[in-house]
Amino acid sequence: MKVGTDGDAEAPAGNRALSVHIQKGFPGGFELAAELEAPAGITILFGRSGSGKTTILGCVAGLLAPDAGRIAVGSRVLFDHAQRLNVPVVRRNVGYVFQDLALFPHLTAEQNVAYGLGRLAAGERQHQVQAMLEQFRIAHLAGRKPAELSGGERQRVALARSLVIEPQVLLLDEPLAALDLPTQSQLIADLRRWNREHQIPILYVTHSQREVFALGERVVVLDAGKVLAQGTPQQVLRAPLQETVAQLAGFENIFDARVIALHPPHGTMTCRLEGSSVELEVPLAKAVVGEAARIAVNAGDILMAVERPRGLSARNVLAGRLVGLEQEGITVHARVDCGVVFQVKLTPTARESLALAVGREVWLVIKTYSCHLLESEPG
Amino acid sequence: MSWQALALSVKLAAIVSAVLFVVGMPIAYWIASSRWRWRFLVEAVVALPLVLPPTVLGFYLLVAMGPRSPLGRLWLRAFGHTLSFTLEGLVLASLLYSLPFAVQPFAAAFRSVDRQLVNASATLGVSRLRTFARVIVPLSSAGIITGLVLSFAHTLGEFGVVLMVGGNIPGVTRTVSIDIYDQVQSLNYAAANQTALLLLAISFITLSVVYAVNRKVWVL
Repeated sequence: MKVGTDGDAEAPAGNRALSVHIQKGFPGGFELAAELEAPAGITILFGRSGSGKTTILGCVAGLLAPDAGRIAVGSRVLFDHAQRLNVPVVRRNVGYVFQDLALFPHLTAEQNVAYGLGRLAAGERQHQVQAMLEQFRIAHLAGRKPAELSGGERQRVALARSLVIEPQVLLLDEPLAALDLPTQSQLIADLRRWNREHQIPILYVTHSQREVFALGERVVVLDAGKVLAQGTPQQVLRAPLQETVAQLAGFENIFDARVIALHPPHGTMTCRLEGSSVELEVPLAKAVVGEAARIAVNAGDILMAVERPRGLSARNVLAGRLVGLEQEGITVHARVDCGVVFQVKLTPTARESLALAVGREVWLVIKTYSCHLLESEPG
Repeated sequence: MSWQALALSVKLAAIVSAVLFVVGMPIAYWIASSRWRWRFLVEAVVALPLVLPPTVLGFYLLVAMGPRSPLGRLWLRAFGHTLSFTLEGLVLASLLYSLPFAVQPFAAAFRSVDRQLVNASATLGVSRLRTFARVIVPLSSAGIITGLVLSFAHTLGEFGVVLMVGGNIPGVTRTVSIDIYDQVQSLNYAAANQTALLLLAISFITLSVVYAVNRKVWVL
């Protein structure tokens, strides 16, 4: 019962963190082994589809049973295999906004929000629903059915419906995937405002790198059912340590290389990319000359010039030839052959002012700190 | 035309539809949601009256209602007469005979309700029973109406089972289709035609209602 949890409403936020340590196997051979801690606030579960993000949400909500492990919110245990404890879904008090929202099509927005408050007296229920509709700016839509609402409005109704029951954890499955940017950020602002008061852990599933940077205090990177990395988006995605994370984060350029010289006084070292004579100066790492290394460079971090640039702080200036030029939306993807092929992202304006065309000679400029060294994969 | 027979048939059909509304829903819900591996056997039993000759069903029901069967003895001891050749016996027989006409549309409708809505309801702390009443039933209204209309129409026109179990007692078990048969036997074709035409019209109207509901001609 919700009443029972009011007692520890004053407890510090840290005590209400969600802790998930679970294993679950599937007939197809997919194996989920997730260990994660989510304190109050938004924690992003990031990974490509099929990485196990939604399975984790299902286990926390109680819709799926893990094979082993433990799930707890603060001191309240929701699942513990060792103790044969599995709190049923209806008593978990976990808010879940499904990817397809699952609004009740036969009920109005207001009835949808009121749905989980059946145990309250009518007056109190009406009061809480009204407050929630106002907080999420949907009071004027109260009488409409889901079919008569826009995507963003439906999203708000779903969020309000899950939050009005005062859940101890909120699960969001790709909640913004279908919305435009301004709608997204306003919705998130409203969610954050709500959570300043309630301080619950929010697990937010996405496969969009942009959302990770836009929202994330914390990000947990998942791949093939395993947690690869967790930390701030900057730590995890800007300077990825693992190749899978680098790929997930959209590092278009990943090269095999060999360390050919160390420059400890400058804090750098020189690596030669395999199969070419291209040399890159990269941040110094614990390495010895002759050792293999992998280097990742974000396509958006590479500068392109049509004349040999001079007087730059950047150490890496590579001559090459433009071998591919394609526009996708407002981004131009260029491929430049410098002995190895680099992917470079440009704006259409840059393409015009540089009069770029396939076959043209160009120079690439890469800062030392835009070259990220990747660790070999664990396991 | 025998208005007495028609009234009896309508009464019988109404009782049967009402009872199937209550009894058929949990059976249909179980069929729609059970993951039991032998579920198909239950489905087959429920569907049996669709393919079984009514005389076969009627014959076994007659035997079951007779004073030598446990059911018949129990009924006899409780009420002082046997089930066969009474309206109660007819109701019981018709329930079994029309069961698939109610349960199958119910189950199909329940099955087509998005599972995620049921999951959403559970995460909002609402029990399975209340979820059934507040989500599944309202979203299955077309299937439920279809099941009720079909079982009503099917009971209204049944012949073989009624003849076996109920016999032909005016005002008690003489239903409208038995009446038609009687009139044809006594070569009273005009009267038979009147009653038959009426049944034809009723059948056409009920089926039109079923198809209209499922095409969402009317918003329910």
